[in-house]
Amino acid sequence: MRRVRIKDEALEQRMYFQRVLLAAVLVTLIGIALVGRAFWLQVVQHAHYVELSQGNRARIEPLPPNRGVIYDRAGRVIAENTPAYQLELIREQVGDLEDTLARLVRFGLLEPGDVGRVRQLVLSRRTFEAVPFLLQLDDEEVARYAVHRHELPGVLLETRMARHYPYGTVGAHALGYVGTISEPDLVRVDRERYFGTGVIGKTGIESAYEADLLGTGGYREVLVNAEGRPARLAEGTDPQLRTHPPQAGRDLRMTIDFELQRVAEEAFAGRRGGVVAIDPTNGDVLVFASLPSFDPNGFARGISRSDYLALTENPDQPLFNRVLRGTYPPGSTIKPLMALAGLENGVIRPEDPVFCGGSYSLPGSRHRYREPKRGGTHGPVDMHRAVMKSCDVYFYRLANTLGIQRIHDSMSRMGFGEPTGIDIAGERGGIMPSPAWKKTAFSTREHQVWFPGETVIVGIGQGYWTATLLQLAKATALLGMRGQPYQPRLVRALVDPATGKVEERKPLPLPRIELAHPENWEIIVDAMVAVTTGGTASVAARGATYSIAGKTGTAQVFSVGQTEKYDEKEVAERLRDHALFVAFAPAESPKLAVAVLVENGGFGGSQAAPIARAIFDAYLVPEPPK
Amino acid sequence: MIYGELGDSRTRRTVTGMAQLLRALRLDGMLLSGLVAVTLFGLFVLWSAAGDNTSLWFSQVARVGIGFALLAVLSQVPDHFLRMLSPAAYVLGLVLLVVVALAGDIGKGAQRWLDLGVIRFQPSEIMKLAVPMMCAWYLHQRALPPALRDVGAVMLIILVPVALIAEQPDLGTALLVAASGLIVLVMGGLSPAFIVGGVAVLGAAVPVGWHFMHEYQRQRVLTLLDPQSDALGAGYHIIQSQIAIGSGGVFGKGWMNGSQAQLEFLPERSTDFIFAVIGEELGLLGLIALLAGYLFIVGRGVTMSLQCRDAFSRLLAGSIALTFFVYAFVNAGMVMGLLPVVGVPLPLVSYGGTSFVTLMAGFGILMSLHSSRKLVG
Repeated sequence: MRRVRIKDEALEQRMYFQRVLLAAVLVTLIGIALVGRAFWLQVVQHAHYVELSQGNRARIEPLPPNRGVIYDRAGRVIAENTPAYQLELIREQVGDLEDTLARLVRFGLLEPGDVGRVRQLVLSRRTFEAVPFLLQLDDEEVARYAVHRHELPGVLLETRMARHYPYGTVGAHALGYVGTISEPDLVRVDRERYFGTGVIGKTGIESAYEADLLGTGGYREVLVNAEGRPARLAEGTDPQLRTHPPQAGRDLRMTIDFELQRVAEEAFAGRRGGVVAIDPTNGDVLVFASLPSFDPNGFARGISRSDYLALTENPDQPLFNRVLRGTYPPGSTIKPLMALAGLENGVIRPEDPVFCGGSYSLPGSRHRYREPKRGGTHGPVDMHRAVMKSCDVYFYRLANTLGIQRIHDSMSRMGFGEPTGIDIAGERGGIMPSPAWKKTAFSTREHQVWFPGETVIVGIGQGYWTATLLQLAKATALLGMRGQPYQPRLVRALVDPATGKVEERKPLPLPRIELAHPENWEIIVDAMVAVTTGGTASVAARGATYSIAGKTGTAQVFSVGQTEKYDEKEVAERLRDHALFVAFAPAESPKLAVAVLVENGGFGGSQAAPIARAIFDAYLVPEPPK
Repeated sequence: MIYGELGDSRTRRTVTGMAQLLRALRLDGMLLSGLVAVTLFGLFVLWSAAGDNTSLWFSQVARVGIGFALLAVLSQVPDHFLRMLSPAAYVLGLVLLVVVALAGDIGKGAQRWLDLGVIRFQPSEIMKLAVPMMCAWYLHQRALPPALRDVGAVMLIILVPVALIAEQPDLGTALLVAASGLIVLVMGGLSPAFIVGGVAVLGAAVPVGWHFMHEYQRQRVLTLLDPQSDALGAGYHIIQSQIAIGSGGVFGKGWMNGSQAQLEFLPERSTDFIFAVIGEELGLLGLIALLAGYLFIVGRGVTMSLQCRDAFSRLLAGSIALTFFVYAFVNAGMVMGLLPVVGVPLPLVSYGGTSFVTLMAGFGILMSLHSSRKLVG
């Protein structure tokens, strides 16, 4: 059934009015709800949201500290910070990292071999951090970047302070270098301290004094937009951003005199080897040279893989620190110490003569220990002459008389067999052999037995005995000081650049070696002076205006790095003996003690001693620099 | 009105002259001043929200001009002519929606735009007016309150275009179009039983609707419930807009000084989220001023609808005024985290699209309907 209704305008109007009233109520309620919500957000929760908005807009940007400057003994700048262009990469802005790396290679900004290193570098750092991967760009690289900039989003060219070593290869092994922070570095240091810093000390002083040189990083809050890019508000707005300035690292004053160092390095004239010169009165290392050297600026710049391989594959091993890590048989240079041990142990008197017939045999053995020169004989020699002429037979016999244990004990007191404790890392201690040492060094019983013949050759600094140049220099300084050793050191003082406060590092005297008969010092020193006046080093010392106490040495080859392939001529050259020379001067009151080694140089008196002479002349003849 | 307060006779003459001019132009002075006030407020805020993009602001100014011009033109159309036009407008709108569904351009991942070569527009905008017109047209011919059969017919009139728009997908516009039609139905006297029943059916339909929702639409609903669950994804908008509003406080950070807005933490700051810019830069007072402006416009619009001479005019006028409020409520509720994020612009303030022009067209129609009464009265 269908009802037909008639439209009733009055009824409809009334009904509409009712509905409007209803709607008005609803609209009012909703309006109140909206204002109420706004009130909740803007009044009740206001402080909370203000905090959130503050955190939103400010991002912390690191202000890296200036690395401490390194000066040499005379105040010359050895390591400084200079403004340089560097390329940095922000992973979040790069998009496709692989694509960007490929482009960098294509544009000649990255070597193909370095892609893996840079990738690892970038991935190891925290998000939104600009990771420096190419330091100290040259003009051409900057130009190439400028041309391709639009194709390299997220790769930024920044001006930062970069490490520069004005002396280049000179003294590089002592100074060390900085390089880009690698993943292993980040494991070992406090990552937060390196926020914004691209480099870290890798070796030498730069590494050993890293904590002092680094300084304390600062930061500033930067207004950023939602994408993390720096932004700014309209003029006249106070963004209330905080700034915390960085504190520069401490400056270092090295003990090395870089002009003296240069003299020493030039005296090598291209030969391989090393030399250490120590001030015996305080342990200051004035020369610390390992040759060939390398240019630390290459590392500070971010060395390419190919350049690095060129260094590591160079048969002359320029990266090998011969002074710190090279262990060589000390050869005849230890004969004065051996003589001293004989005197102190009362097994021989200075005037006791030994007949040198060119060879020595142990009682009951037919094996002959010969003088190096075939047929060379010294006839009857006393201690003075044995040292002066470097008579092996005398010391074979002396060693046999002393026995290995007493030799070991005496030489250990002089510092052999353990690191000198110089203030850079990686030092090796060499070997001061003894029967006890041999038991630990060899695994099989037949090899663990100490044979008397092994004692004999220790008497002339051969056999198992190996020493570093630092040990030789330290022992020589000790002789010059008549028993007072100092720990060698490379840094004299630390300076706070802000306050100018100087922290002098006091010399570190080591326990004095007291002799039962102190006059024995002079007996030994006299013999060493004789070496340079009428003995094996007399040619090198001719014409010196000061007295030199020295001792030559020639060590059988235990050359570093025997794995490379050499041609026949090369092998022959590298099988030659190492030339050694230790000396201090002036003999009566030493100012400098030197230990020189020329790898495969042959005879110490002719090859090594002139280098020491050049250093003595440069240091002693003019006014010694203070 | 307020003539009595104006002592100066020249001023009185001018005001009286203005009133006569407005009447001659079939414009409503109070509604027009409300619209102008809110529009100017909107342009003021948009200048700040646009940032460096001043061309955006000027293009909005152009739209404002077009909008007011269209208002003036539509207010001249006689009400019976509008009524006569309603079915045609509705059918045209439906056809265009189908065309868009079949061949529409892809804009922002959704098929909404129709490119006519000269102008690009969204047919769904037509439906914002055509649906209430059609509903009012239909109910005008029936005795009210509507019988069950009529309710069913009106529901059909509403649901077909809404379904097409929702499918685009443009949930925000679909909801607004549905609201504009439903308001006609409710204002037309839909019995409370239907309203309660409808709400119940809607409640039951939620799981079904959930099933048909796009993933991003579901995400928006979930995000409303717990914005922090996806702070950098879907929840980002809500979190950032609430930070903006909350940090604004009572007086705001100052015009052009909102860090959230100016540093681009606030997404869509010149379009859907401009309400948050007001909250941040002008504070609670700015928001209250805007809401007061909206309430004034709605109030005036509804009052005008009461004076209309027939059911068509009344229902359409009431729907235009109340739908306007729904726009404002949905946008403000969304930005303040009361409602899910649906793409609804803040009326008269947000930059963009055809929204401003459509609103002005609606108010033009409203003024036309109101003026028609006077011509006979």
